[in-house]
Amino acid sequence: MGRAKDALISGIVLLLRRRKPRPLGPGERERVVPPAPDNPGWELTAVLLLLAGAACAIAFVVVYVLDRLPAHTQLLGLSLGLSLLFIAAALIVTAHRLIVTEELEDDYPVLEHPEEQELIVQVVEDSGLTRRRLLKLALLTAGGALTAAVLTPIASLGPAVDLVRFYATPWRRGTRLVDEHGKPYKASDIEEDNFYTAFAEGSDKEALPSSLVLVRLPKGSLKLPRELAHYAAEGIVAYSKICTHAGCAISLYRAPLFQPDEPTPALVCPCHYSTFNPADGGTVTFGPAGRKLPMLPLLVAPNGELRAGGNFDQPVGPSWWGVRERKPRT
Amino acid sequence: MIRGIVRFVDRRSGSAPFLRKTLRYLFPDHWSFLLGEVALYSFIVLVATGVYLTLFYENSTAKVVYHGPYAPLQGEEMTQAYRSVLDISTTVKAGLLIRQTHHWAADIFIAAIVLHLLRIFFTGAYRKPRELTYWIGLTILMVSLLEGFLGYSIVDDLLSGMGLAIAYGVAMSLPFVGANVSALIWDGPFPGKHDFYSRMYIAHVFLLPALIAVLLTVHLALVAMKHHTQFRSGPRQSERKVVGVPTFPGQTPRSLGLLFAVAGVLFLLGGLVQINPIWLWGPYHTYLSTNGAQPDWYLGWLIGGLRLVPGFDLVIGDYTLVPNPFWGGAAFPLVVFLFLYLWPWIERKLTGDYGYHNLLDRPRESPLRTAVGWALLTWVFLVFVAGSSDRAYVLFNVPYIPQIWAYRVLAFVAPPVSGLIAFWVCRELQAGERVERRRKRAEEEAEAAEAAV
Repeated sequence: MGRAKDALISGIVLLLRRRKPRPLGPGERERVVPPAPDNPGWELTAVLLLLAGAACAIAFVVVYVLDRLPAHTQLLGLSLGLSLLFIAAALIVTAHRLIVTEELEDDYPVLEHPEEQELIVQVVEDSGLTRRRLLKLALLTAGGALTAAVLTPIASLGPAVDLVRFYATPWRRGTRLVDEHGKPYKASDIEEDNFYTAFAEGSDKEALPSSLVLVRLPKGSLKLPRELAHYAAEGIVAYSKICTHAGCAISLYRAPLFQPDEPTPALVCPCHYSTFNPADGGTVTFGPAGRKLPMLPLLVAPNGELRAGGNFDQPVGPSWWGVRERKPRT
Repeated sequence: MIRGIVRFVDRRSGSAPFLRKTLRYLFPDHWSFLLGEVALYSFIVLVATGVYLTLFYENSTAKVVYHGPYAPLQGEEMTQAYRSVLDISTTVKAGLLIRQTHHWAADIFIAAIVLHLLRIFFTGAYRKPRELTYWIGLTILMVSLLEGFLGYSIVDDLLSGMGLAIAYGVAMSLPFVGANVSALIWDGPFPGKHDFYSRMYIAHVFLLPALIAVLLTVHLALVAMKHHTQFRSGPRQSERKVVGVPTFPGQTPRSLGLLFAVAGVLFLLGGLVQINPIWLWGPYHTYLSTNGAQPDWYLGWLIGGLRLVPGFDLVIGDYTLVPNPFWGGAAFPLVVFLFLYLWPWIERKLTGDYGYHNLLDRPRESPLRTAVGWALLTWVFLVFVAGSSDRAYVLFNVPYIPQIWAYRVLAFVAPPVSGLIAFWVCRELQAGERVERRRKRAEEEAEAAEAAV
């Protein structure tokens, strides 16, 4: 019994003892990286995963060629994605099972070099350049002037100084209101609880001041302030379609279809939900817009066509530093 | 063979010592250290797919009439830019896969950067000597936000145009120079001239990616020069000794595996999950917009900021000073980024800790930092969620206006409250650990005493 115990203990000790490095044979060298674990099962797994990756990559090419397949994009994505994922799996198996994971130590580098710092300062100082004040001043002048000169062509990028064009609109007294296809609107075209987009006839429809929203309000609901009282025509009001907040198109018209919820008609911009009241000249009733919607005076021509009665009462589009919140001079 | 190559390279460059050091450079191991890598690999996918897309994209605002396979837009007038992206999505073989993968990669690129930033912030990894790395990382994030925005703007579909209109509104609102700067960028009032598209295009496909690549290189070089930070996960880690897996052979298959996994997931998403179906939006015209439009996720906080600010312009009489979009669209992100840039300096002033740090904190170990970071995160996240209030209205029928008022109040109340809670939680966790340590020591002492008896 005692013998067996001794043998067991010595066996364990032998097993636990760090093995002495085997003397190097001829032609052998000391290892830098410890030997990798021998793992035939995992090696086979990695090989199979790589082959699966290859198969999916080939499938991608096949799918690409057979462009009559339904769900072409989906199959392409599936085959390429799976190919990459199989290869990724093989690499991760390799990392964790087939090569050794060393946990090594290294020193963090010392970052400061006081002597070197001193040397740099000395080199600069000893050069004598830093002491020539006039030369330094002249260098700064030349550098500054040259920078300014080189930056000047930036001005060609756009009319940065000429801000008058931000006020320009195509609307004059008598300008006809036309629809997207250039057909003039008649006052009788405009129905209640509906919403119409109009443009200045002959203008660039994409220019912000060109587009309008037209709505007809129920009789008696118009409450325009005195200076805008003559802007409506037969209960029809026209506002710039461009939100004064951030320049999106105002494409929502909330007519009071659901009485208890929404008491008044409103023009709403879907970008940040600035809400304007079409009945009182376009004031902001909710949302971030900082000023009212520009209103366009309307006239009805003898033939029933809608015409502009003049320019907007406000500049169109997003505000900027220095813009006047009043009728632009024309 | 290997020996031959190494000898060839070394004899002609003398780089063997550098290569050997690189091979044995140590990577400390923690899952959260992979977030930056995910961003890097997304960037690689972005460049690869992006180059492919430039081979088909036409940078022109010339008008054409559509006669392609997509019936609903048949006969519609649109720009060549939009038409070319429609073609990439319909007639170019594998074009839609590459386009959608590009878009997904952009979203995940920025998500990974943001998560990486959170990791860096809450573990104090930005501390001396790594402030430069941190500042460059923040700059990469800012440039990437712009890069992503330009990416979906050059498509010239309806959503692109709405986004650009808002960008114009924000640019116009900049104090003093808003109109001048906008006139320079757009070559006149919105929607600008055709050269504006050339500018966006060259910025998106060359200037900004090149800038990101340069910043990324410097970022990585700075990381390597000082070695990675590490958690104090054992007795071997210290401020002087880094413990980790060497580049080769240990780290290489791990990193390559992650690269392939990221690319695989991105292509699966690109193939299987639809993103930005531009054919549904139609071409943009300044006089069109659509309800329920949402930007890519990383601009959600700006939409939220723009929507939450109450309706006012800063005016004197009828003379406008600062228009409204400035606050939510420019001041808000600038304040957030400025705070993040200044934070290492603020923290040093507050704590008086001017030392070098190679060991990371767990968030609980620095309650002040965690509280401040958590408050900032709450603020930004709240505004981000506010950006989807119109969706909440449509999906859950929560009235819009009360929602906005709630967010306006919460934006002021929630950050300090959540910051204080975070501070308290950190303190409690620390106290809990102290008790635990004391209990363990007492138990050990008791055991030792028992053994002695």
